[in-house]
Amino acid sequence: MSDPATKGMSMIQALNSALDVMLARDSTVVALGEDVGYFGGVFRVTEGLQRKYGTHRVLDTPIAEGGIIGAAIGMAVNGLRPVAEIQFADYIYPAYDQIVSELARLRYRSGGAYTAPVTIRTPCGGGIRGGQTHSQSPEGVFAHVSGLQTVMPSNPYDAKGLLIAAIESDDPVIFFEPKRLYNGPFDGDPQQPATSWADHPLAEVPEGYYSVPIGQAAIRKAGEALTVVTYGTMVHVCLAAAAHTGIDAEIIDLRSMVPLDMDTIATSVEKTGRCLIAHEATRFAGFGAELSASIQERCFWSLEAPIVRVAGWDTPYPHAFEWEYFPGKVRVARALQELAQTVS
Amino acid sequence: MTPQLYVPTVPARPGDTPDFSYVQVSAAGEIARPSPAATVAETASLAETLIRVLDESGQACGPWNPGLDPDQLRKGLELMLRTRIFDDSMQRRQRQGKITFYMRSYGEEAVSVAAAMALLADDMLFPSYRNQGLFLTRGVSLVDLMCQLLSNTRDMCKGRQLPVMYHSGERKIFSISGNLATQFPQAVGWAMAAAIKGELNVAAAWMGEGSAAEADFHHALLFAKVYRAPVILNVVNNQWAISTFQGYAGGEQRSFAARGPGVGVAGLRVDGNDFLAVYAATAWAAERARAGHGATLIEWVTYRAGAHSTSDDPTRYRPREEFSQWPLGDPVDRLKRHLCALGHWDEKAHQELIHSLEEEVAGAWRDAIAYGSLSEGVRLDPHLMFTDVYKDIPPHLQAQSAALAKELREISAETGVRSP
Repeated sequence: MSDPATKGMSMIQALNSALDVMLARDSTVVALGEDVGYFGGVFRVTEGLQRKYGTHRVLDTPIAEGGIIGAAIGMAVNGLRPVAEIQFADYIYPAYDQIVSELARLRYRSGGAYTAPVTIRTPCGGGIRGGQTHSQSPEGVFAHVSGLQTVMPSNPYDAKGLLIAAIESDDPVIFFEPKRLYNGPFDGDPQQPATSWADHPLAEVPEGYYSVPIGQAAIRKAGEALTVVTYGTMVHVCLAAAAHTGIDAEIIDLRSMVPLDMDTIATSVEKTGRCLIAHEATRFAGFGAELSASIQERCFWSLEAPIVRVAGWDTPYPHAFEWEYFPGKVRVARALQELAQTVS
Repeated sequence: MTPQLYVPTVPARPGDTPDFSYVQVSAAGEIARPSPAATVAETASLAETLIRVLDESGQACGPWNPGLDPDQLRKGLELMLRTRIFDDSMQRRQRQGKITFYMRSYGEEAVSVAAAMALLADDMLFPSYRNQGLFLTRGVSLVDLMCQLLSNTRDMCKGRQLPVMYHSGERKIFSISGNLATQFPQAVGWAMAAAIKGELNVAAAWMGEGSAAEADFHHALLFAKVYRAPVILNVVNNQWAISTFQGYAGGEQRSFAARGPGVGVAGLRVDGNDFLAVYAATAWAAERARAGHGATLIEWVTYRAGAHSTSDDPTRYRPREEFSQWPLGDPVDRLKRHLCALGHWDEKAHQELIHSLEEEVAGAWRDAIAYGSLSEGVRLDPHLMFTDVYKDIPPHLQAQSAALAKELREISAETGVRSP
């Protein structure tokens, strides 16, 4: 609070600030998407930006995700840096062909002659009673695609810094925003009243330009007993579960899935000998499977117990059973306890 | 001269005077009605004019007057009112925290009710999320709809879907998707199958004009044209897609209906708040499809009088009083005026009907809430989560179901309460 250049921000405000900073700094940056212009986005992330930068820099678009991404690619090829919003990650699939077959491979297939520095922002994850069409975490299906960078912040500071880094990156970035964290951290207990970002140390955000490098994980809590590798909303759930169990867990917030900061992960797992991976997305062939395989390959001789994964069940996200589906504090705590007690 | 990026003009924002001068309106009764067997070229003008039957005084005019008898007219009025009163009540229940989400169809009830009345019971309907009138007209009970909204023990979706994402296998209404426009090519495929099998049933699908931007809209139109599918493709142009004005879906200076002839399908632009016009145009398209003359794209010109959903606040992006200035009025008022003008209805009967429908909706709610809700009473078994992912539960989901059972036992042992 003493630093006049910082300000308490929610994740929404931090993302808005990142866009504001970049629209001001770089005249090639444009933002586009459904309801993002006049209205400022259904989650208010782009609020006020069209008023400030005009209708040629902040564009409302038709409801056509494939069109939004295809047009963003064309704009990028012609020298702009588009930040496209897909209103919910659940609605990104009409753009999947443009993302996977075009955006991800343009540099590769043209031998570097053409590139498209597009950032795709999209809210993901559950915890808001959104049912099966407003709750998905599809990061795994993008992490699987060569040529894309995949990012998911867990707090306002990282959200702003990573979004600026994404916009500045010369390669495309899929930028997932855990919507349950937009207005406050969430420890996975729906019975507790919602908390805001006020007074959270990572909600103290510089008002100006800075970036958080893509591809660097952060250790949210140092510990000796075991390593937790996670990202997004689950960072907060895992912190709460570790506190609840009293287990001295080291908790790593990946921040980026691709590129993956294997050095930070391996250093920790080699120290603790035990590893739990947690994500909200479905388990089968989820991003945790890649983490588990990579950690096993690199840290096998240090492991004292099998790697454990905690995830959403392998079903669509059900409206009525949101909290039975969500990998909450109880599921994580039990897995932590079992992992801590496993004897090799 | 250099090219300038054009940005669609929104006629009025909050604080502005509502401006509907962009809406091209034809006089009631002035548009000719060609034979349903007409060629696409012969119907081309219908995509640019506005088919209307009811005039300002409530008289039914011109060749599109479907000639409904008083019982049918009263039934239509009752169904529209039931839809509206159900909507208003469910919106209040959402505000009270009884249901998590709701979407009203306020102001566009005729689009669903009159269409469902004009189609046959075996015609297959592929609704969007603002077509509750289809369900009520087909006789799906209020209690069944409410149980879906409550995600309770009698929820047709077994707790999986957001409120309003209904279906009815029995009444031939397809499962509503939260994803936009996906039902359009599916309806065409259903109709192609009917033609392959030599059956006479037609399919009908609905979407908002905003969704007409999606590729699936264009896929549907093209497949319908290529295979001359017996399908009716309905674009409900209610002017607003959340905050996005219809101009952003391509509606400026060009009707949505005109995309039909553009591809080779008949296109009709119709007053969606005129119950008789909706009935007549749907009947025309159904007759055309059933006789093997192919698909029709119908644009229903209407106005989304309410918010997009209970998560939306339209006063942030459009003038509050827009609906009062909407040139096509209110579908309930207009049919009421018509019935009164014919001498088959009066204010007293109208108020009695409203009162009895309010009682009916309140009674249905009492019945529905007895089956529980997300916040109180009996709940669905969470293990239903693992069923219907596949026909049979595969081993990995059986294992996850067992793990959840263990987790729930631990939670209830720890907290003394049932699962969160």
